[in-house]
Amino acid sequence: MSAPSYGLIATFNTAPELYHAAEQVRDAGYRNWDCITPFPVHGLDKAMGLKRSIVPRISLAGGITGFCTGMTMIWWTGAVDYKLIVGGKPYFSPMFAFPVSYELTILFTAFATIIGMFVLNGLPMHYHPVLKYDQIRKGMDDTFFIVIEARDPRFNLANTKALLEKAGGKAIAELEP
Amino acid sequence: MAHAEHAAAANPILQEVKPASLPRAVLVENNRSFSWITEKICNIIEGKTPTWWWVCFILACFVASFTVAGIVYLVATGVGVWGHANPVNWAWDIVNFVFWIGIGHAGTLISAILCLLRQKWRTSINRAAEAMTIFAVVCAAIFPVFHVGRVWYAWYLFPIPNSNVIWQNFRSPLEWDVFAVSTYGTVSVLFWYVGLIPDLAVLRDRFFAAGNKFRSFLYGLFAMGWRGSNRHWSNYEMAYLILAGISTPLVLSVHTIVSFDFAVSLLPGWHTTIFPPYFVAGAIFSGFGMVLTLMLPLRAVYGLQDLITQYHIDCMCKITLATGTIVGYAYGMEFFIAWYGANPYEGFAFVNRAFGHYAWAYWIMISCNVITPQFFWFKKIRENTALVWILSIFVNVGMWFERFVIIVTSLARDFLPSSWGYYSPSIVEIFTFFGTFGVFSVLFLLFIRFLPVMPMAELKAVTPQADVHGGHDHH
Repeated sequence: MSAPSYGLIATFNTAPELYHAAEQVRDAGYRNWDCITPFPVHGLDKAMGLKRSIVPRISLAGGITGFCTGMTMIWWTGAVDYKLIVGGKPYFSPMFAFPVSYELTILFTAFATIIGMFVLNGLPMHYHPVLKYDQIRKGMDDTFFIVIEARDPRFNLANTKALLEKAGGKAIAELEP
Repeated sequence: MAHAEHAAAANPILQEVKPASLPRAVLVENNRSFSWITEKICNIIEGKTPTWWWVCFILACFVASFTVAGIVYLVATGVGVWGHANPVNWAWDIVNFVFWIGIGHAGTLISAILCLLRQKWRTSINRAAEAMTIFAVVCAAIFPVFHVGRVWYAWYLFPIPNSNVIWQNFRSPLEWDVFAVSTYGTVSVLFWYVGLIPDLAVLRDRFFAAGNKFRSFLYGLFAMGWRGSNRHWSNYEMAYLILAGISTPLVLSVHTIVSFDFAVSLLPGWHTTIFPPYFVAGAIFSGFGMVLTLMLPLRAVYGLQDLITQYHIDCMCKITLATGTIVGYAYGMEFFIAWYGANPYEGFAFVNRAFGHYAWAYWIMISCNVITPQFFWFKKIRENTALVWILSIFVNVGMWFERFVIIVTSLARDFLPSSWGYYSPSIVEIFTFFGTFGVFSVLFLLFIRFLPVMPMAELKAVTPQADVHGGHDHH
């Protein structure tokens, strides 16, 4: 059935129920699906078959950029652009440039981490079919959902619904796009 | 297994030894449900503004006006209205700066270092402690910024191209401090904000359901469209862990660099290698003092005893005890090195601290910082909330005096006896410092009124029912 829906949403009342249902959806071979949880459920990434987040790589790139920015800035301003003798000390040394470069490493890492996290998550996205679900408020409180998107190649309204029911999902509903 | 049996046979005593089963401290008492946590925290924001809040807020605004008055007078007149005179060029302004920045450190310690150490008890206090950090940095920043005198040139602190084409002196620890403190403020805000996102989404949906479109829009705007997706949580948790990982070296470096302001100089009493660790320990000590000062009334007023349990108070008291003892050790070690180093100037600086004109300040410092935390050895005292609160005030007072003793006694007796003097603050300094408590309180009151005082998502994650293998495991 090619209904113009976003997908199916199923409700689970406890974290263990969601966890075991997620394992079944994963094993059924779905790809475009998600769990909605009010807090990060420990171990759910594995149950969903998610790979390790790549945020750390972005953070590392940010950190290296920050350190190089600090060193370059201090070298260029003090030893190239405007040389000034202060206390008979050298125009540039990595020793005195270190504290500032260290702080900039942390500053740039923080920005890279947060921006990286937002970009990877596709946020900010203030409109989303899941947010239109009338019970979504509970998903922020104490209820858990599994959403299987219609664009998943294995999606079939009847079969997918049967899978979610078998996995223990309640109040299975279609989401408006 | 066979190996273990073999070992047991060789040592019959091993068969009698059973591993002890230590009960884990409960982090949320009375087995509260997820929605109880949501209701408890959100009701603080959604309920009617309590009368005590208005009373405190108006009082805090009044106190804050002293800072405004002091600063306006300083900007209109000049930095000479402060009681500084050569050689005491740093006094209350830097004392207050170090005092406030140190208070901030406990917030970052709780949110970052305890996160890395997997100390789950941090969850209920980390949001408020991080807020405390940010507001303390705001109060701290006031002092050095206005100490530059012509505050409209404060942007010269940053390497921004200007018409004089000259750049900052990066060889100076004061310039390092500019970067340390501004990075610290920025990263603290970012860390705090990332932690807030899931909770803002909760408020967005609750206000929407309650029909308050305006507040739903505002919370929703900052919630960035968070929808609790586990694919998002995966990246989010990693980002949070990295932020904790970088905040840890950050918090240690900030007070290290603050101590470099002193340690890199040549002044007796300042020029010591013990300063960085001693300052960091002192900062955490003072910060935990302030966390206790803030959290205990908050817990009582909002009835949060199930979330901030006796176990939490015990942990905070013990950290205060540990860091306070480190600080006490540092005081002793400073004296030992002053004697052992056989430098007459260094020796004089320390004898002068304890027995000179400022001896009164020194002994206030010793009694508040060394003696006060020792009471926390006793369980009876840790369980007496009112007493813990009073002791935490002593810690705050003592740590202010520590910075006063370090800065003023060393400067007032420098190398040239002809320039020796006795520094006293002017009324403008006293006003400005007194008012910062109002600034801090105003910000903190706004925080507890409009933002969730505890991270709901993190609290839910440490409850027993969040464990997917707890009792319901089919494997």
